[in-house]
Amino acid sequence: MELTKEEESALDGKHGETLALAYRILVAIGEATNADKLIPVEWAHLSGVNYNTIGDAGEEFLSHLSKDAKFRIKTTVNPMGFDSDNVSKFHLDEEFVTKQQSIRNSYVKMGATPSFSCIPYEIFELPKNGTQVSFAESNAAIYANSISALKTNKESAFSALASALTGKSPHSDLRDEENRKPNLTIRMKTEPADEITYGLLGYFAGKEAGSSVAISGTKGLDRRSCKSLCAGMGTSGSCGMFTLGEEEGEKIDFDYKEMARVKDELNTSESGDIITLGSPQLGLEEISDLVAKLKGRSFRKQCMIFCPRAIQGQIRNLGYDKELTRAGGEILYDCCTCLTPLVDKENIDAVVTNSVKGAYYLKTSNGVDVNLKSLHQIVEEETK
Amino acid sequence: MNVKVIVRGKAKGAVLCAQKPVNFLGGIDKKTGLVRDEKHDLFGKFIGNKILVFPNGVGSSVGAYTIYSLKYNQSAPLAIVCLKADITTASGCAISDIPLVVAEKKDYESLKNGQEILVDAIEGKIL
Repeated sequence: MELTKEEESALDGKHGETLALAYRILVAIGEATNADKLIPVEWAHLSGVNYNTIGDAGEEFLSHLSKDAKFRIKTTVNPMGFDSDNVSKFHLDEEFVTKQQSIRNSYVKMGATPSFSCIPYEIFELPKNGTQVSFAESNAAIYANSISALKTNKESAFSALASALTGKSPHSDLRDEENRKPNLTIRMKTEPADEITYGLLGYFAGKEAGSSVAISGTKGLDRRSCKSLCAGMGTSGSCGMFTLGEEEGEKIDFDYKEMARVKDELNTSESGDIITLGSPQLGLEEISDLVAKLKGRSFRKQCMIFCPRAIQGQIRNLGYDKELTRAGGEILYDCCTCLTPLVDKENIDAVVTNSVKGAYYLKTSNGVDVNLKSLHQIVEEETK
Repeated sequence: MNVKVIVRGKAKGAVLCAQKPVNFLGGIDKKTGLVRDEKHDLFGKFIGNKILVFPNGVGSSVGAYTIYSLKYNQSAPLAIVCLKADITTASGCAISDIPLVVAEKKDYESLKNGQEILVDAIEGKIL
């Protein structure tokens, strides 16, 4: 990869330790992806915010980094471990709370917008078509490439951090128009097409596809299903975008047999003790839809509903918070189903959720079993 | 054999080969360095102090922090040899000073468990 003189001198440490570290990361991923040069990016979205995922090593690293580092471009951040407003209700470990606040402070000190959301594509104004961004959260990277008409690779927590610190990223893979054309089509042969089907399809596609995949035969792809597809795809593999409709090249089917195989892997229980909604977090449209679906009914068990803080005002002003609280639901901001310490295997055996991504992380990281059900089914079977 | 250098450095040690791709966040315990994904062929194995050989990384972008945590907790591999370097593995190794190289398929397949090798990720060679 070719560097400019300015970039070379930053790599050599002539502009400080922080920039040298950032350029070392950019050079490594540039070599890994056969990039020809570094190009400007306008927006970085960072993962590595939840103390559960980055641990003491990450907390100390960010605390040290934030002493003199500043982000050079618009920088937004993924969910953290809990909702600060409700944290006292959950009897969390004091160390977790302290370390999480430290991580939060480090990001804010470096100039991040405290968005704590995994759906930046839904809550921020999008830059113009074709803009290069650097999104680490996998569902957000896939959504940005496939729906929002932005360009990003499926960045890592550190590569997006390096972009935030330098405003640059290696020009390779999905940043190059030539590599965005899929050479594999997955033909969807299943119905009904709810968010579970789309999440399982995404999980299947992520395992099968390279950087980009075409999906044909889709029906009723609404926002919820689309987010579920992106999240499932981001969980299982390295695929960073999809297009709709058949393309030239290899074709494989996603039929009932394949769907059952993926579901068997992720659906490990026939029931659950609590319900979680949101991974990815629910946007205003999905909250409004949930309220409409409830029609005055109430949840039979504890139900956590994860949302970005950005829509809190609208949720209140539209009266949705009152209605969901009446139904026994609990709206939690700044956090998400994935890797939250709020789901603790000490007192929960299994969780009902409509999130395929959530199912994977609840099982592998939280150590609880999962009962996958669509939102429609949850309202039918888990409310009265 | 000649290899492509992704992260510079040198390390000598015994090879530990994984058949399946590695998901660092879900699949490896960041403190102990033990593989905790029951479906992975290295399930239960310690990946620290070895030359870890695997096809590529998959899964969460936060896996890069898992690599950094492994180093912090002295449970990190001495070096990594991949078939295809992904962004998560490359950035995690870059920040943790773990030498990382990419080998050609034929060379990659010739590496055997327990074999003592020297990864020279400066000259781009495995000896």
